Amino acid sequence: MELIRPEVFTPQEADLAEGKLINSFVENYTSPYPDPDKWLEGEIRRNIMLLPVNMAVAWARQRSIFPLIFGTACCAFEMIAASGPRFDLSRFGMDIIRFSPRQADLMLITGTITWKMATAARMIYDQMPEPKWVIAVGACAISGGTFRESYSVVPGVNSIMPVDVYVPGCPPRPEAMIHGINRLQAKIVKGTIDNPNLALK
Amino acid sequence: MPIKTEPFYLNVGPQHPSTHGVFRLRLELDGEVVTDVEPIIGYLHRGIEKLAESRTYTQVIPLTDRLDYLASMTDNVAYCMAVEKLAGIKVPERAEYIRVIFSELMRISSHMMAVGFYLNDCGAFFTPVLYMWREREKIIDLFDMVCGQRLLYNYMRVGGVSQDPPGEFWPALKKFLAEMPRYIGEYNQLIKQNEIFLARSKGVGVLPRDTAINIGASGPVLRASGVKWDIRKMDPYSIYDRFDFEVPTGEAGDCYDRYWVRILEMTQSLRIIEQAISQMPAGGPVCADVPQFFRPPPGETYGYIEAPKGNLGFYIVSDGSIAPYRLHIYPPTLINITALKDMMVGWKVADLIVIFGSMDVVLGEIDR
Amino acid sequence: MTIAVNTEETGKKIAEAIPGSVISSDKGSLTVDSKALAQVSGFLKDTPGLEFDYLTVLTAVDYLDYFEVVYRLVSLKHNQSLIMKTRVYGRDNPAVPSVTGTWRAAYYQEREIFDLLGIKFDGHPDMRRLLLWEGFAGHPLRRDYL
Repeated sequence: MELIRPEVFTPQEADLAEGKLINSFVENYTSPYPDPDKWLEGEIRRNIMLLPVNMAVAWARQRSIFPLIFGTACCAFEMIAASGPRFDLSRFGMDIIRFSPRQADLMLITGTITWKMATAARMIYDQMPEPKWVIAVGACAISGGTFRESYSVVPGVNSIMPVDVYVPGCPPRPEAMIHGINRLQAKIVKGTIDNPNLALK
Repeated sequence: MPIKTEPFYLNVGPQHPSTHGVFRLRLELDGEVVTDVEPIIGYLHRGIEKLAESRTYTQVIPLTDRLDYLASMTDNVAYCMAVEKLAGIKVPERAEYIRVIFSELMRISSHMMAVGFYLNDCGAFFTPVLYMWREREKIIDLFDMVCGQRLLYNYMRVGGVSQDPPGEFWPALKKFLAEMPRYIGEYNQLIKQNEIFLARSKGVGVLPRDTAINIGASGPVLRASGVKWDIRKMDPYSIYDRFDFEVPTGEAGDCYDRYWVRILEMTQSLRIIEQAISQMPAGGPVCADVPQFFRPPPGETYGYIEAPKGNLGFYIVSDGSIAPYRLHIYPPTLINITALKDMMVGWKVADLIVIFGSMDVVLGEIDR
Repeated sequence: MTIAVNTEETGKKIAEAIPGSVISSDKGSLTVDSKALAQVSGFLKDTPGLEFDYLTVLTAVDYLDYFEVVYRLVSLKHNQSLIMKTRVYGRDNPAVPSVTGTWRAAYYQEREIFDLLGIKFDGHPDMRRLLLWEGFAGHPLRRDYL
């Protein structure tokens, strides 16, 4: 078997070899490496979104509202029509319209509120967990409507609770109610996690 | 060994998905069986009678819309008839026929809502409502063509109607009449023989004949208990004596009969509309010439019609000025629920909702 | 066709049976003394030929000197109708006997008249406010409210 002998360089030859290596570095590595996030160009960049947490939460909140219809009078039927197949409300994520305040975050006051009913309305508003919003639908809920001079009608639901959006009409068409809900969604998107309800500021 | 029991008080509160509005029931229960029922109303009392004393006779018409808001054409007709009786105003022929057509369309729509929400209470959550809503949207489109509103029409005036229906109304109405019997057949096919529906409605909540007369019930509730009393036949107002139709009655007075009477009345209404279209005069005025601030002679009158929910009446006292001195509204649904205690005691809590749904109440009319 | 009965004849019949009850019977309606109301209602319901078993409207009007309570009765068998009225004088604690024993249709309508006008009905099983809440000051439908 032949013995493999290392090549032995004299110190001058070792220096020359190392100098050649350093020269090749000096010639080749001329421009700096790009920063790591420029590597996410193309496919990867299109699938990742960077945004603040507040904005993400607000975006999710506006598209998944659980409404509670506090339907007392005529406007409630236009709200039911708005959730029917012709003016579809579940396009906007509000498919689940239940009557329980514990799972709801939007209270739709549709119809006249009288002083006898006001205690129940306030109790239900207090039972809803934060964050919560209120839409006053119809002239009677906004200001008392046709019945404002009556002895038993609350002149506007904002005497009892803070209201975010007012939808006028008697009764408003279902398209008007959907427009009101869109305005509420535009309002929710500006809120933050710790202050979702800009109306209370 | 006997178990000690005590009654349990439950409040079916004003905000509840099954109560057709803001209606409250205070129940006394023995386990699940009801022993005492007390209805509590007044959560939608808006003081319409008092407000009417400070408005002119024409300004009261939009207030009457909001009574039974699912059938506001018939509310308007009843009030206008009462004022015309008081002042001796004669309504032109064409306006009478238009009023009949719209009243019967309104009856169909109101009964569809009644049956749909009754089935909602029985447990079929919202499917029958949306099936019937499909036809109701067609009726609402017809009304929209005529007066621009979907729910609270304000279309009738003292002395006639406010405007002639436009040209495109009549072909649309004829198309609706041609398709509607097939849809009613579809509802019957889906609902009438359903086992769960029959088990929940037949024999439940019986209102005997004598009780129904004693409490002064009217409308489908009275007719389902076996009393053949329909004001359009017994005491014809307007031009109802020119039409040929039947009055369906039930026998047992239970929830099933109330539902079936409403379905049959819808088919009879279609007959009336067809006869009215063929008999109508082609042209002519649609409203008598009545001044804006008109003063009827002093006196009093009671004008009443057969509304979809029963016998709706207006008692007006006039002292010769531009506003009524006293307006009293006789609500059929308030009188119909006088017998709730008789019908509900002995049944379980789940049957309560079904019985109340079959009475077809609208709180705007009860509370006024 | 529901025909209104001839009030003069009916008034005579009632006056023979219950003397002193009928005050006037012209002008299309029958005015009855409020103390004899229970007897007159029993008479109207049970007598063959009259048989008014169906009470429709029960309402009251505030003419400033007196209150007038109006009843409209219908007989389903004979298809006829009758309007009966009584008067109550005085504005503090007016009271009228109740007809709930004869026609149960009066149950809610009498409670509503008490609520809105303040007329008490003696003999009503449950005389309370119906539409307004307990503690509401006054009776709104009176002409001197507000």
